[in-house]
Formats: sequence, C-alpha cells, structure tokens
Amino acid sequence: MNAAMIDLAPALPEVFLFVAGLVLLFLGVFRERDGLSVVNPLVVLALLVAVVLTIGADKGPVLAFDGHFVFDDFAAFLKVLIYVTAALGVMMAPAYLADARMGRFEFPLLALFATLGMGMMVSANSFLALYMGLELQSLSLYVMAAFQRDSTRASEAGLKYFVLGALASGMLLYGISLVYGFTGTLSFDLLARSFLVGEGAAALPAGAVVGLVFVIAGLAFKLSAVPFHMWTPDVYEGAPTPVTAFFAAAPKVAAMGLVLRLLFQPFGDWAGQWQQVIILVSVASMILGAFAAIGQTNIKRLMAYSAIGHVGYALVGIAAGGVAGVNAVLVYMAIYVVMTLGTFACILLMRRHGRYVEGIADLAGLSRHQPGMALILGILMFSLAGIPPAAGFFGKLYVFLAAVDAGLVWLALVGVLTSVVGAYYYLRIVKIMYFDEPAEAFDTMARPELQGIAAVAAVLVAGFLLLPGPLLSSAEAAARALLP
Amino acid sequence: MPVPLSHYLTLAAILFTIGVFGIFVNRKNVIVILMAIELLLLAVNINFVAFSAYLGDLAGQIFAIFVLTVAAAEAAIGLAIVLVYFRNRGSIEVEDINLMKG
Repeated sequence: MNAAMIDLAPALPEVFLFVAGLVLLFLGVFRERDGLSVVNPLVVLALLVAVVLTIGADKGPVLAFDGHFVFDDFAAFLKVLIYVTAALGVMMAPAYLADARMGRFEFPLLALFATLGMGMMVSANSFLALYMGLELQSLSLYVMAAFQRDSTRASEAGLKYFVLGALASGMLLYGISLVYGFTGTLSFDLLARSFLVGEGAAALPAGAVVGLVFVIAGLAFKLSAVPFHMWTPDVYEGAPTPVTAFFAAAPKVAAMGLVLRLLFQPFGDWAGQWQQVIILVSVASMILGAFAAIGQTNIKRLMAYSAIGHVGYALVGIAAGGVAGVNAVLVYMAIYVVMTLGTFACILLMRRHGRYVEGIADLAGLSRHQPGMALILGILMFSLAGIPPAAGFFGKLYVFLAAVDAGLVWLALVGVLTSVVGAYYYLRIVKIMYFDEPAEAFDTMARPELQGIAAVAAVLVAGFLLLPGPLLSSAEAAARALLP
Repeated sequence: MPVPLSHYLTLAAILFTIGVFGIFVNRKNVIVILMAIELLLLAVNINFVAFSAYLGDLAGQIFAIFVLTVAAAEAAIGLAIVLVYFRNRGSIEVEDINLMKG
C-alpha cells in the first residue's frame, strides 16, 4: 500500500486519543501548579469523545494499516465499554490523589495511554499489533501501580507487577515466535484462512500448538487467571485505591476481548486444541477465587480474589464457544465492570479521621451511620455473589447456559458450586454492615462523583431485569461480528 | 556449512529457560531479575530472526526490531521502579520483598 493512501478513518478514536494525550501532556507540563485539576477533566472528556467517535464510525468490518488493524462491531462494543469505564476510573481518582499528596497530572495521562493501548488490543488483527497494544497498556500500568512514590507498599506492588508482567510478555512473545515460525505468518486473517478444517486441509503444526499455549499463558497473566494470578492480590492491595479501581475494570475487558478475538478468529477452527487449556484455567480460577477469598480481612485483597473468580466464570463462556458463548462473555464482562466500579467507588468513600481505611471490619454497622452507602454496597455485593434478581445472576446464567448447550454440563456445575461458596464472603460483608456492632462512623465527604458512580452502578445492577435489551442486542451484534 | 534452524531454536529455548529460572530461582538481587528479563526477550529475538531467515519472510525481523524497542522502554521503566523501591526500603534483596504475602 502506498503511504499516501493509508486510511486512518477506522482508527479515528485511537488517533484522537493519541493526539489528545500529547496535547494534554504539554498542557500539564506548562500548568505545573494546578496540572491535575486541569488535565483530569480534559482526559475524561477526551475518553468520552473517543466513545462518540467509536459509536459513529463505520463498523464495516474495515481494515487499516495494511491489515494489522480491524474495526468491527466486536471492537466497537468493547471499545465503548473500555473507554467509558476508563473515563469513570479517571474521574474517581483526583480527590484521593490530592489527599495522598500525589496529585500529579501524569496520573490521568498514564491512564489515557493505557486506555489507548487497550483500544489497540481489541482492534489488533495481527500478532505485531497485539504485542504493541498490550505493551503500551502494560508499561503504563506498571508505572501507575508504583505511582505513590513514597509508599513502600505501592512500590513493592509496582515491582512485583513489573517482574511478573515482563515474564508474561516474554512467554507471550516466545509463543508468538513459535506460531510465526511454524505457520509463516503474523496476520490473523492469513492464519484463519491457511488452516481451515476439512479434507486435504493443512493441519495446524505441533510447534504452532505449543506456541498457542504459550500465548494463552501470557494472556492469562493479563487476565489474572489461575495459575498466573500471583500478582493480583498483592498489586490490588499495595497500589493506591484509584489505581486498583482502574486495574480492576478496563484492562480486564481489553484482555478478555483480545483472548476472544485470538481464539475465535485465527484459531477458531482449532477449538479442540485450546479448549482443554481454557477449561483448566477456568476451573482453577473459579475454585481459587471462591476459597482463597474467605479468610481475607482487607477489602481490596478480597476484590482481587473476587476478580480472579469472575474471570474464571467468564472463561466458561469461552470454553463453551459459539455465538452464545461469546455473547455470554461480553454480557458478563459488561456487568462485571459496572459492579466493580460501583464497589470501588464505595471503597474510596471509606475514610476515617482523614485516613483511608481498607479493612472489612471497618464497615461494621455501616447501616447505622450511612444507610444509603450500606444499601448501595449491599446491592453490589448481592450482585457480585450472583443472587437474583441482581445483574450478576444473569451474567452467570448466560455463561452457564452457554456451557450446558455446548455439552459442558460439569463445567457449569463447578461454576454453580463455586458461586455458592463465593456467596459466603460477599454476604458476610452485608452481614457485617447490617448486623455487627457499629464501628466509628466514616468521615462525611462531599464527593458527588464517587457517590454518583456508586448509586448509578447499584441502580443499573438492581434494575437489569427491567431493561436488558440494549446490552443484550449490542453484545449479540458484537458476537456475530466475531463469528460470521 | 550453514547452521541448521534447529540449532538456533535449541539455543533460544536454552536461553529462554535460563531466563525463566533466573526470575524464579534467583534469591539474591532484583537487578539479576532485570537481566533475566532481557535474556527472555533476546531468546525470543533469536527465534524470530532465525525463523525469518529460514522462511525468507521479513516480518520476523521487523518484529525483532519492535521487540528491541519495547525492551528498551521496559528496562527503563523497570529500573525506575527498582529505584523507587530502593529509596523506600533501602534494599533490593529479593527476600526483602515481602510486605504483602501473596
């Protein structure tokens, strides 16, 4: 392709985010005193503009950058989800950052660049684009984890995340090199076409299968799925809370989107080769997420094990496969990020005598002092536990139904049993809030953005049954775009 | 006599294994871990370039250059994080990284 003919239109939201990032970087440098208060709203605005651009773009599917970049209904669904959750994550941060004396303007910008990387990940149509998007995201997140420079815990979290993340990148790259060597191409389109199932078709070479397993291992790390979950509890606990909130939502969606595209497009005909691996990872994640969370006393650490468990449930949908399975995963991730953002908005409101607290015991008797917050957190916990009629129940219902339809009844059974175990620790929080002897009240803070996000999340989660239509239909369109 | 592809792949696999062991078995010092990470990425690069030459396809060599660039950025960020950690703890012994048990 001629350089003058490169069509940037399919990548317009990402190009916009990139340019906005550079401009805001300059703005932040020149406004050093009040950098954060100027840059933070503008980053939120830029992300929302990217949402509008994504919705308005032609969802062809269209290719760009010589076939390395693809934009279709699947990418559009995930990008809208990622950009909205990232915008909310950035919106929640500045008050905490200012309180913790780290109100520097680099924070929203790092989040912006990480989000740009996530957008590239879900649009990647070759291993090269996949790698570049993933690294842009990861490198920004490493820095964000260690953002609280004077905190030993935060820098330890950053160090652990960096070392294990770099190892995962190495495994991913080693896998990519094997797939490339044994198939001769990096392009997802060519991979999908070269190894069609059927009479006389070329079989997937053994080396490429080994490579695929390495790639899945590398991506399982980014998803924090067992056995690559070791970093999750430490990083969730050690990193500043707004960073944890950011980590818990958008990057999970992006990594899940990447896994979906990779497994169903280039390797879609080879489900037999990767299905066993996904099932293994899924079962291990569900079990660990359910049992390891029981003894936790720190609510951020609890949310880390909760995230591991929820990724396990979403992977059930991938193991099931087909349009129903992909649809279920997308709906699950959408519901999951709403619940997570709402819960972290509540965690960010836990402050006593000017200090942020993170213990589950600190919530004791919350219903007496702040009945509104206790009600919101209670609804979110019911939803995370998967108790009807909250949204979390329907997310689980769809993935388990997809698994049963695909003949994986035992996998759905494991899912149901681990959700019952998991319900214990979510409901324990409700019990502590409503029935324990009240602890000292939290500071009353006017944080309309946090209270608003928590309330909206609770309303969405509780009212999912009334209007699930738009989410289900757009997830369905996205799943059909992935599996034509 | 040209060196066959399998020799390159074996070398890369050995280097990769050393890198993984360097991260997990190492009990001394975080800098050694950073070196092990570089070793991982270089093993991958050997793979890419060897496959690229074998297949007569340039994409692998281009990928290797991208990996080199990203590895430089990764090393810079890694060293920065180690520096921040050292300022807080006054040590970069691997055994001291234990504030949170996970």
